Amino acid sequence: MSERATIDVSALPDHGFGSRSVMWWATVLVILIEATVFVATITSYFYLQGNEAAWPPPDTPLPGLEWPTVNTIILLVSLLPNQFVKAAAEKMELRKVQIGMIVADLIAIGFVAVRVLEFAHLNVRWDSSAYGSITWTLLGFHTFHLVTDLFDSIVLTVLMFTRHGREPKRFVDASENCFYWYFVVLSWLPIYAVLYWAPRIL
Amino acid sequence: MNVMEGTPYALPGATREHEELTRTWAPASGLLRWFRQVDHLIIGRRFIITAFIWFALGGLLAGLMRLQLAVPENTVLSNDQYNQVFTVHGITMMFLFAVPIMEAMAVFIIPLMIGTRALAFPRANAYAYYMLLFGGMMVYTALFLNMAPDAGWFNYPPLSGPAFSAGKRVDIWAELVNFTEISALTVAVEIIVTIFRQRAPGMSINRMPLYVWAMLVTSFMIVFAMPAVMVASNFIGLDRLVGTHFFNAAEGGDALLWQHLFWFFGHPEVYIIFIPALGMVSSIVSVFCRRPVFGYTAMVLSLVATAFIGFGLWVHDMFATGLPQSGESFFTAASMMIAIPSGVQIFCWIATIWLGKPSFRPPFLFVVGFIAIFVIGGLSGVMVASVPLDLQLHDTFFVVAHLHYVLIGGSLFPLLGAVFYWFPKMTGRMMNERAGHVSFWLVFAGFNLTFFPMHKLGLIGMPRRIYTYLPETGWGPLNLLSTAGAGVLALGMLVYFGNALVSMRRGALAGADPWGGATLEWATASPPPAYKFLHLPVVHGREPLWEGPENAPVVTGVSTKKREVLITRTLDAEPDHLYVYPGPTVWPFLAAVTTGSMLVAGLFTPWAFAIGTAALLVFMTGWFWPTTKKKEGEAPPNEGAAAA
Repeated sequence: MSERATIDVSALPDHGFGSRSVMWWATVLVILIEATVFVATITSYFYLQGNEAAWPPPDTPLPGLEWPTVNTIILLVSLLPNQFVKAAAEKMELRKVQIGMIVADLIAIGFVAVRVLEFAHLNVRWDSSAYGSITWTLLGFHTFHLVTDLFDSIVLTVLMFTRHGREPKRFVDASENCFYWYFVVLSWLPIYAVLYWAPRIL
Repeated sequence: MNVMEGTPYALPGATREHEELTRTWAPASGLLRWFRQVDHLIIGRRFIITAFIWFALGGLLAGLMRLQLAVPENTVLSNDQYNQVFTVHGITMMFLFAVPIMEAMAVFIIPLMIGTRALAFPRANAYAYYMLLFGGMMVYTALFLNMAPDAGWFNYPPLSGPAFSAGKRVDIWAELVNFTEISALTVAVEIIVTIFRQRAPGMSINRMPLYVWAMLVTSFMIVFAMPAVMVASNFIGLDRLVGTHFFNAAEGGDALLWQHLFWFFGHPEVYIIFIPALGMVSSIVSVFCRRPVFGYTAMVLSLVATAFIGFGLWVHDMFATGLPQSGESFFTAASMMIAIPSGVQIFCWIATIWLGKPSFRPPFLFVVGFIAIFVIGGLSGVMVASVPLDLQLHDTFFVVAHLHYVLIGGSLFPLLGAVFYWFPKMTGRMMNERAGHVSFWLVFAGFNLTFFPMHKLGLIGMPRRIYTYLPETGWGPLNLLSTAGAGVLALGMLVYFGNALVSMRRGALAGADPWGGATLEWATASPPPAYKFLHLPVVHGREPLWEGPENAPVVTGVSTKKREVLITRTLDAEPDHLYVYPGPTVWPFLAAVTTGSMLVAGLFTPWAFAIGTAALLVFMTGWFWPTTKKKEGEAPPNEGAAAA
């Protein structure tokens, strides 16, 4: 058995934030998958619009604009606690992460509550026309992705209050969760424009 | 096992490290071990076997169709049975076999080939496996209950809509898509992350083996193609379940929307099946010609170009739908353009063979068979890419011939070669060479006998998807020839898989590197130990086992007491940090059972999705909740490797 040269990696850290972490890459790929779902659905929206002389179809009122606009403002406000948590997580400041996550979760719960009112004011049923079908489905996809992420955030928030909250891995998770929330907010803006402004402008 | 195997220059303390690593990476044991495994070798092997079982069932259905068509006015299958059989044959081969087997091979091989100890997100990998298993079980249960999908593998509305397909048959199709795409997308994410972040130090992106490049490109195609078909299948499911009107022209819907969404997935799908095979071909050509593949950079650029152009072809499957001519011209041009990167690769392989010393052992024979058959499939592809000819040949047996030449020639032949090539790594034993030769010639002859006559049948007007035909059509003799060919093909497959089954137990012992391979999977024992590499390798070139000095440096300092992997940087593969992956657990199985129950219940009521999602969130919480500090990443005490 002869001597063999080595690269010693024992001094390397046991975690990395942002693009260094495997969780960041997985999150980016999930975002790409969901973004493709949204793009395919929005494309279908305009494809179906091309078949109709009027959009929404005759005798269908426009979707209510008030609640989605309130919701858009709520989402934009949520960026503040979100960035606060991300910065605190990357400095591993447990107390700030805990407080920030509770605030962010409460805002997101408020968003879901207003979402119920949004559905109630779409002014069309999913089974009354293709316009109704695509409107409900696009809003439905977004709600599904929102509710699952909210649940995920709540679980992570609880986790931060247990003894597992002190592990570096958890801070990486918290930071990636905030990164994903940026996608939730940014993807909502085009969907908001399509669902509520396209029928008014186009 | 011998600790030193594959590591000729072991470091002092190797025996202790071997013992600790064996304990740490030990697979699940005990009564419920089957439900708890997460290791990529175990799940990968299972994935491969399961996909081949679906392949065998899909092949049996093909045999039934050939029997039915052997002579005019035959009565082996009824009209209705024939519709179910050709539909289930198609969805089996495309959704349950082709994509899963390509991903399954990668799940097994890629981590070994890039020199790491685990596939990224091992639990998600187990989940993806169960989803494939349950999806296939659902379809074949439906087939035995006489309620299998019957509207073709591409399930066009309005035929597949509520007005023309009552019952639950088409809904089974829609749910199967959800099963298989969830599985495929999950594995694609794991493969991309593994390739980007876990390569051995020194394996910079321009030194990655071509097979790794092929799987990287394929996985990205899956990420962008599969969501379109999931959207489409949810639209049709909603139309059928809750009365939406996506495809109902009377209420502003549009059946062509389906075709766009479906083929935006469906055409890239062909390349998702084909590109991994190109990577396999490069691995095999290089090893059996004893030289690196000619034109590495051109090969990589061709793979990437194929992927991009592959997304610009989908309308050529819709030439017969009356789209604007300018649009059709664009897609004709794109369809012809994809021949360029394919041609570049064919010429690079020919150059490699020319410059090397080819040895015609079975894996290489299958590759040569691939080149011959794929070129014919490519030529008929250029023919149907032209609109006027396509309008003549659309929905005839010419297209059946073309697609089987491309898919079986382009994908199955390299796959059979690759299974022969990597079999020793998977089982520790060699497949029999003589039986390998016999199976190759039977498959090659049987394939051409089955499918070549179909070109002619299509040209003389025989349409696809008919369950019988009249004697006066004159299609009888060629159909009989084709059925006889199918018999030879089936015999060849039997010899191939019989060889595999017997060799698994009785084959000659392989040792670490039976072929004189170039890449890292041959640097460890066959089959590899649970920890894969005793010391993680360091790479200095594209063919590390051919170029590296015998006493190449290795990595030390990765924990032997936790399931720790070395994370390296995306482009230059410099060590970055260490990361611990979790051990065996039953949660992925439970989550897959919940997802599966939700999808099956969703056949009957939309409320299944609300209740199912809630249940799934609970299971996912159990999955993600960390195990106690003491156990995290560590094996429970003394689960011996014998339990594997």
